[in-house]
Amino acid sequence: MSLTMQKFTTLTSVAAPLMRVNIDTDAIIPSREMKGVTKEGLSVGMFANWRYSDVDAREENPEFVLNRAPFRDAEILLSGENFGCGSSREHAVWALKEWGIRCVIAPSFGTIFYGNCVRNGILPVMLPEAVVKAFADIAERGEADDQLTINLPEQKVIGFDGDAHPFEIAPADKEMLVEGLDPIGLTLKQDDEILAFQKQDQTERPWVYL
Amino acid sequence: MGRTLIQKLWDSHTVADLGDNASLLYVDRVFLHERTGSVSLKGLEAAGRKVRNPEQVFCTMDHIVDTLPGRGDDTIMPSGKAFITTTRDAAKAAGITLFDIGDNRQGIVHVVSAEQGITLPGFTQVCPDSHTCTLGALGALAWGIGSTEGEHALATKTLAVNKPKSMRVNFDGKLAFGVTAKDMILNLIGAYTASGGVGHAIEFTGSAIHTLPQENRFTVCNMAVEFAAFTGVIPPDDTTFEYVHGRPYAPTGEVWDKALSYWRTLTADDDAVYNKDITIDCADIVPTVTWGTSPGHTTRIDGVVPQPSEAPDANARTSWERALEYMDVKPGQPLEGLPIDAAFIGSCTNSRLSDLRDVAHVVKGHHVANGVKAIIVPGSSQVKLAAEAEGLDKVFTAAGFEWRESGCSMCFYAGGESFGERERVISSTNRNFENRQGPKTRTHLASPTSVAASAIAGKIADVRKLG
Repeated sequence: MSLTMQKFTTLTSVAAPLMRVNIDTDAIIPSREMKGVTKEGLSVGMFANWRYSDVDAREENPEFVLNRAPFRDAEILLSGENFGCGSSREHAVWALKEWGIRCVIAPSFGTIFYGNCVRNGILPVMLPEAVVKAFADIAERGEADDQLTINLPEQKVIGFDGDAHPFEIAPADKEMLVEGLDPIGLTLKQDDEILAFQKQDQTERPWVYL
Repeated sequence: MGRTLIQKLWDSHTVADLGDNASLLYVDRVFLHERTGSVSLKGLEAAGRKVRNPEQVFCTMDHIVDTLPGRGDDTIMPSGKAFITTTRDAAKAAGITLFDIGDNRQGIVHVVSAEQGITLPGFTQVCPDSHTCTLGALGALAWGIGSTEGEHALATKTLAVNKPKSMRVNFDGKLAFGVTAKDMILNLIGAYTASGGVGHAIEFTGSAIHTLPQENRFTVCNMAVEFAAFTGVIPPDDTTFEYVHGRPYAPTGEVWDKALSYWRTLTADDDAVYNKDITIDCADIVPTVTWGTSPGHTTRIDGVVPQPSEAPDANARTSWERALEYMDVKPGQPLEGLPIDAAFIGSCTNSRLSDLRDVAHVVKGHHVANGVKAIIVPGSSQVKLAAEAEGLDKVFTAAGFEWRESGCSMCFYAGGESFGERERVISSTNRNFENRQGPKTRTHLASPTSVAASAIAGKIADVRKLG
């Protein structure tokens, strides 16, 4: 399966609460875990400094949420504001995806991280902080039956109590996720417009063209 | 209604309106480096796509390459060599310009891009690196992207972008003695938190911005991303145009004249309206240092570590408590006088010639305190050569600093060099995240002169009191 362009429509899963604010991409995938020029093999290093009590020995920290049942199999992550801030490293998204996370719910996201999610079939959902916190409080009980359902076409999250929480997403981002579109292929359909822009620009801003 | 500068930059690069607040933007320049750019180039190749306009794409070696003298393709970071050789091969195959190890144009991507005149006012530029916003200080719309978006820009010369909201940050008044651009931006993030700019593109204006030398303006824009902003820009003025003039890739002759008259239009209209407006009185700013693990965890150099009970909300309180533990500091503890193990001067935030001159001014005639590891890494090979021509390297080494080759170096720990476990480092970089500079390493962000003064004192020091 390709690491990109996986379709996203609906998802029902346990949700792992990792309720810290400003979780940066250095925390999601530390630099030292980015060992090769590849998008693969990164999940073992995901959250390495939190997930392992001994990083070198890969000794798990039993307290860390993704090391606990039932959260080990969670496809949804709940977190605080500004999730994925910091470094642009797409490796953070590739690591989450390889581990099995398909959706992150948070009050806000780092901008680059958000875009990286959309391009890799992970749905970033923005919900008000009070809603995310209420989800997290219930999720924390660790009942395997406590599951959230995401419905992207209808742009809503069905909470543990069955209530629907609508969320916003840019139509193009939604389309990319639902259809599993290749954004480069999509843009190249507008090649005539790009070439026309460039032709005109060459006379208007000649200093751009080396 | 008038237009903001961001709106003007946006409009002048719009190839197509994609509806719903999204545009297909024309990308003037793409810059890559060996850590994430290598993945973009490989991904593109694997998809059987080509770089459109390779003459407008540049690449450098900065993230993985060692900064110790005598460096080559081998790196202290295990497996680092593969990033270097893959990038070199892919850059050659793609026909893009590479500033390789040993090339005197090599250096940190955002330092080099400005220095070579590759980024010009009014440009759009992307790089798979979050600190691309640095280049907004030239009046360019420059922002960080992921590797996959990098492939998109390389293959199509465009990116589909959702338009951010607008914010104006006015830095009014005059900077006091010992206060720098770094202190300005740390104050903004400290006052409004590390998520304060989320969803916004920022225009930095005001008298304190327009009296800053160009090199210091990069420092302000560099940390827009630490404020969670899409990017930050500074309207270009004569200071900018003087900086750009004569750079290797800048236009000359008639084309320069034409460019200059266009660049003079790159200001916000008087009646432009912003989604958010912030004003900071620079007279209130003193040298600033971070105490915690977010760039928003700041305090005055003569201040104390805050009480979690003073946190604005429950989330901040939890984050402060965690940071206190990680940093091994106590509420109410003064920052000044906290013993340090190391001092680091470098990174895309603060490593330019003017930073090094300021540092030399502070350290001349002094010596780094016993037991403190002190390192200076110039932002580019050009900066290194210029500093050496002025004899700054001699000042640094006489004072007990290591003087390195250019690169990102120990701004982050990639598995190679690092500061030790639980060591306390004062650093001119941009991120004090947990484990950023090494496993369990404790980072305090500050201006390069504050770092220099602290290296000499062996503890966090107020640069205003030195000499």
